[in-house]
Amino acid sequence: MQRIGVFICWCGSNIGGVVDVPAVAREAAKFHGVVYSAEYKYMCSEPGQEMIVSAIKEHRLTGVVVASCSPTLHEITFRKNIARAGLNPYMLEMANIREQCSWVHQHEPEKATQKAIELVRRAVAKAGKLEPLFESAIPVTKRALIIGGGIAGIQAALDIADAGNEVIIVEREPTIGGKMVLLDKTFPTLDCSACISTPKMVSAAQHPNIKIYTYAEVEEVKGYIGNFSVVVKQKARSVNSKCTGCGICWAKCPTKNIPNEFDLGMSMRKAIYVPFPQAVPNRPVIDRERCRQFVKGKCGVCQKFCPTGAIDYEQGDEFVTENVGAILAATGYDLIDWTKIYGEYGYGKYPDVVTGLHFERMVNASGPTGGKILRPSDGEQPKTVVFVKCVGSRDEAKGREYCSRACCMYTAKHAHQVLEKIPGSQVVIFYIDVRCAGKAYEEFYLKTLHEGAIYTRGRVSKIYPEGNHLIVKGADTLLGRPVEVVADMVVLATAMIPSAGSADVARTVGFTVDKDGFFQEAHPKLRPVETNTGGVFLAGACQGPKDIPDTVAQASGAAAKIIGLLSHSEIAGEPTIARVNEAICSGCLACQGICPYRAIEPKEIVERLPGKQVTRVVASVNSGLCQGCGACTVACRPGALNLKGFTNEQLLSEVDALCQ
Amino acid sequence: MSIENESQENWQPKIVGICCRWCTYAGADLAGISRMNYPTTVRVIRVPCSGRVNPQFIIRALQQGADGVFVSGCHPGDCHYSSGNYHARRRLQVLKKLLEFVGLEPERFQFYWISGSEGAKFAETMKKIDEQIKKLGPNKKLKRSNVFKQGDRPA
Repeated sequence: MQRIGVFICWCGSNIGGVVDVPAVAREAAKFHGVVYSAEYKYMCSEPGQEMIVSAIKEHRLTGVVVASCSPTLHEITFRKNIARAGLNPYMLEMANIREQCSWVHQHEPEKATQKAIELVRRAVAKAGKLEPLFESAIPVTKRALIIGGGIAGIQAALDIADAGNEVIIVEREPTIGGKMVLLDKTFPTLDCSACISTPKMVSAAQHPNIKIYTYAEVEEVKGYIGNFSVVVKQKARSVNSKCTGCGICWAKCPTKNIPNEFDLGMSMRKAIYVPFPQAVPNRPVIDRERCRQFVKGKCGVCQKFCPTGAIDYEQGDEFVTENVGAILAATGYDLIDWTKIYGEYGYGKYPDVVTGLHFERMVNASGPTGGKILRPSDGEQPKTVVFVKCVGSRDEAKGREYCSRACCMYTAKHAHQVLEKIPGSQVVIFYIDVRCAGKAYEEFYLKTLHEGAIYTRGRVSKIYPEGNHLIVKGADTLLGRPVEVVADMVVLATAMIPSAGSADVARTVGFTVDKDGFFQEAHPKLRPVETNTGGVFLAGACQGPKDIPDTVAQASGAAAKIIGLLSHSEIAGEPTIARVNEAICSGCLACQGICPYRAIEPKEIVERLPGKQVTRVVASVNSGLCQGCGACTVACRPGALNLKGFTNEQLLSEVDALCQ
Repeated sequence: MSIENESQENWQPKIVGICCRWCTYAGADLAGISRMNYPTTVRVIRVPCSGRVNPQFIIRALQQGADGVFVSGCHPGDCHYSSGNYHARRRLQVLKKLLEFVGLEPERFQFYWISGSEGAKFAETMKKIDEQIKKLGPNKKLKRSNVFKQGDRPA
């Protein structure tokens, strides 16, 4: 039998000015199980807390009800307080007689008093059914795994590693660097993208605390916050660690004319290659689908010329298990494939209609044209360049509803570059809105405008070739008339979408994606770098379209969160989690499919029946993964699952108390 | 008869709300912080998630004499536990149909989505449900003391 003490707070006049607190205390003393009832001006103050502690000792209380403000505010305060008196901190129940009573019923003091009494009756009923709960101590492995080696992953890796933790980067491509190294200049400062990102790549590679897997993927993730076990699949590179990156192999390789992915197919590479000269690591990879040795079974030129004997045709995929305490997803973005959806722009049939990323490579001094803006069709310098914004963005019918955020600025930058590099050139930009929110962004846009870029508000309805030119038909919605531009080249600002394979990453690691496939943050405002899965964080364009400054800021934010987590050797596990009554669990596992955290797994138990032993399967809850939502308890057919701290018995007793 | 009429005049409905702690309970707190008045007939039970709400709780409340019951959680898509309110929506929709099938007025059991920032919506919703239940009068349909006369044993 519980011995419950009830403590009613006046909260100065906040509660006491409306509710007749002494009357509530008198009524509370009559409730079943209550052995002590008291009131005080400020229960949360030092003397108020002392009053609770001494009452617990004096009256040998086993449970405490505090009727005061919302539990959101002071539940933790009072839990700590009753723990001081030697009670289990979870033997506390609060009645919210301020936010949900006195503050909303100021003009009806009698009814408010009656409601306060009923709210206390509910709390006493629940307190009578409370049981001690214990936080489990979860050990933390002080290492972090980062999926994706773009600027977000690199920035976070450097921050976490500088704080003294080991970091593992897993990158799918043969080099780290991501999309940022492809770009030419960055807005609004016009500093060279590669010049600021390649040193960071090198720092990451040389950092004693950072281990990088390139040409690798995350195959399997098990475990929970503080204790993940990750299987990394190292794809066969066919080049082992003896390689010095001298470059003889790709110079001698006879298989030429393979479109280079790094230049978006605008230049050619060999079958053994590094994606670009500043690649990290500077170790080539053999494209086994194109290499003569693999396709035809004979060649071996690279092996013959390699001075260190690093070429290994027999190399297979390797699987490495890494134990980490935190995981950061930073898988970045891709551009929407406009050639599948934009028939009116020619489905990609006209070579002089390119995307912004193609333009970046073209205008880049290390790119396929050596920094010259040239028409892909005939290599001539274009005189009139048309830019079309929001291709696939802000267009529910065709692509995506959202704004891709970076396009307004990079299109302004592209326009500036055309006007700067091609004397006498003309630039026409079709836009829906110009969105330049960011430090020094609006100024940059205005500068481009003053340089002579023609901004035309409207969508482009059709692009078709005529002779040597492209005819761009659109509308000027401000003047309300159709527009036709004879262009030499058209650049489309295509929508950012989650990178290919990011859905698999979300599934493998175990967190959710939003309606567009971007990774879902735990809270859009207050927890922007965490996922709803404990110990899993996110940064960069995988969470939503972003430019470089925002990506880097978010990466450092996620790194700070991870450093915070890894600074503990143990963390407290949530005690209000689901519990299985194995005696009545039928092992149907209907709960398993409901659980958003994959916290429920089948477990074999052995039962002794008269004369024999029987093995059967029951559900078992992983206390590290369970977050205590309780969705499984309702799905359980035999009623074997219950949620600690919110049990069926407790909730039913609350219902009963309120309906008396 | 006269006694019944008199008691009906003073009759105040009992409305039990089961609210998730992340959204609607916080929304109710916000209504309090903003001093938005609503009827005193509403009493809230706090649960971690609307997905925790077993239909049994609602039936029990109606049996024990609640005149109205509501469940409220985060908006679809905003669940703190990512999918709890979707499970709740399906389960409670089935329950609502069942309760209507056995003859309960649809207003007696409702479910809402009210976020932690929607204090005003919480207060408005409480006013609305209070009005609706007052119009209907006391719940007699499922109330145990009406279904079983004194001395009867519940099945």
